[in-house]
Amino acid sequence: MSAMLSKAAPAAGAAPARGSHGRRRRRRTAWRAAGFVAPVWLYVLCFYVYPLVSNVRMGFQDYSVSSFYTGSAPYVGLANYRAVWNSPQFGQTVLNTVLFTVGSLVFQFGAGLALAVFFRRVFPLNGVLRSLLLVPWLLPLVVSGTVWRWVMYTDSGVLNQVLLHLHVVSQPVPWLVSTNMSLAAVILVNIWVGIPFNMVILYGGLQGIPEQLYEAAAIDGANAWQRFTRITLPLLRPVTLVVLTLGLIYTVKVFDVIMIVTQGGPANSSQTLTTYAYNLSFQQLTFGKGAAVGNLLILVAVVFAGLYLRAVREPEGGTR
Amino acid sequence: MNTLAGTPSKSSHAPRLRVPRRVRAALGTAVGLVIVTVMLFPLYWMLNASFLRPQDLVSRTPTWFPVHGTLDGYRSALGAEGGHLLVSLGVSLGTVAVTLLVAAPAAYGLAKLRVPGGRMLMFALLVAQMIPGIVMANSLYIAADRLGLINSPLALILADSTLCVPFATLILQSFMRGIPDELGEAAALDGASRLRTFVSVILPVARNGVITAALFSFLFAWADFLFGVTLTTDDNRAPITVGLYRFIGANLTDWNGVMATGVIASLPAALLLIAAQRYVAAGIGNAALKD
Repeated sequence: MSAMLSKAAPAAGAAPARGSHGRRRRRRTAWRAAGFVAPVWLYVLCFYVYPLVSNVRMGFQDYSVSSFYTGSAPYVGLANYRAVWNSPQFGQTVLNTVLFTVGSLVFQFGAGLALAVFFRRVFPLNGVLRSLLLVPWLLPLVVSGTVWRWVMYTDSGVLNQVLLHLHVVSQPVPWLVSTNMSLAAVILVNIWVGIPFNMVILYGGLQGIPEQLYEAAAIDGANAWQRFTRITLPLLRPVTLVVLTLGLIYTVKVFDVIMIVTQGGPANSSQTLTTYAYNLSFQQLTFGKGAAVGNLLILVAVVFAGLYLRAVREPEGGTR
Repeated sequence: MNTLAGTPSKSSHAPRLRVPRRVRAALGTAVGLVIVTVMLFPLYWMLNASFLRPQDLVSRTPTWFPVHGTLDGYRSALGAEGGHLLVSLGVSLGTVAVTLLVAAPAAYGLAKLRVPGGRMLMFALLVAQMIPGIVMANSLYIAADRLGLINSPLALILADSTLCVPFATLILQSFMRGIPDELGEAAALDGASRLRTFVSVILPVARNGVITAALFSFLFAWADFLFGVTLTTDDNRAPITVGLYRFIGANLTDWNGVMATGVIASLPAALLLIAAQRYVAAGIGNAALKD
């Protein structure tokens, strides 16, 4: 896995220069070979470029129920953006999105790193336990969300029953029905979902750090904490960047978890930009406004995709 | 590393630590077990609840084991969700077919033939994975509506394939890159065409990559909720994830049925993890980090 990280960058380009065929012949074979990639280019055009362009365009149109019958949607300039911006819940939705993303990332990463470091130790069943931890990541999110909804029920939910029993809380926590708790509840579920991903990638990164470094540090008298902060963290930096930027891109667009656990409620208290866009398009049937919010999400994705690409290149470019 | 005969382990800091190695190892396993238990507890809780009787489900004290178990939940789940399971199965298999059909030749072109614009294609696929799902759903819904494909399994297959094609192409090309060029050259010397080389030499050798790509495409399609909930309005055409979502909405009391549905919907992932672990490991390693 670590090998993959380091070979990630050069794999893309660098076709080996081979023998000296005539240039014309080489060009002809190259274009004949293009037949193999033509379908995927067509696919990219139809299923990524077209939806993207169409969504950007829809953001400037009054696309609503009547558009489906008349087949026309008048251009309205920035009216959709203005309406979204001025809607009373927009501020809270943006704040929720930020809190959801940052909260999820911090704890997913922290727990994932702790687990990755822990599983570097040698002990029986290490591999089995590690792959069992992947189960939450492989399950359909709808299933995980449903289970957590059941676990977080105020009265019959096992989470409250355990917390009460351990005297952590004195009253059942209204996880799903209180406007103060619902965002925390979906963040908690999303952390649980994201830990395995973080653990696997960080574990892969740790495998790339030579054991001798730790041995040398131990001989020099460095304690475990010093070895962690002076060796593990700096050498893990490229992987950390990748995990965090990818995590960010994926967390901002989380839909299933929120939709199943709270549906963005109660009273929009756990609504994020993604569920808000769904709500505008598919529940209020104002597709133009939904597209406008979707375009904001694209903007966020573009910014962080740029950061991601820089992060992936970095290890090749130069060491720090 | 070990030059001294009879030194069983390589660790140089072992002498510093008083705790015997075997105890440390046992401690590691114990802590690992606790971690796994806590992390997987919600899943046990689903399995447990799927067997519980209604009166145990609403009780204020947890019922830790389904000693008075019932299969009513599974009966109710299969009765209400059987159709959705079939839809999901069909759509997921269709998605695997479409994905491989598009991704495998592309991967060959990228890995073994110097196709023009290969670098750009890789970049496009990488970026495609980052488009927010809700944006795709918004546009694809409008497109499907214009084409009269709402509630059509075909629309769902095509939409779900957008979750798989970039991943499958990237993972397949990384597998194919590992195949020695001599294999393809030998086939060419024997007079095989490019297509024939691809089908009868490259694909069989890249079998593990194909299996990994297929398994993950199946899982991605099976787990899809967003396209399912937006592209199907007729409940009979909805996949299992949407069925489960509507099931909770409609039956807030029938929790053992809901949980039994959850268990059944998890089966493909569970089977995959048991039966094809090394492919899973390969897939997860590649899932995010491919260039």
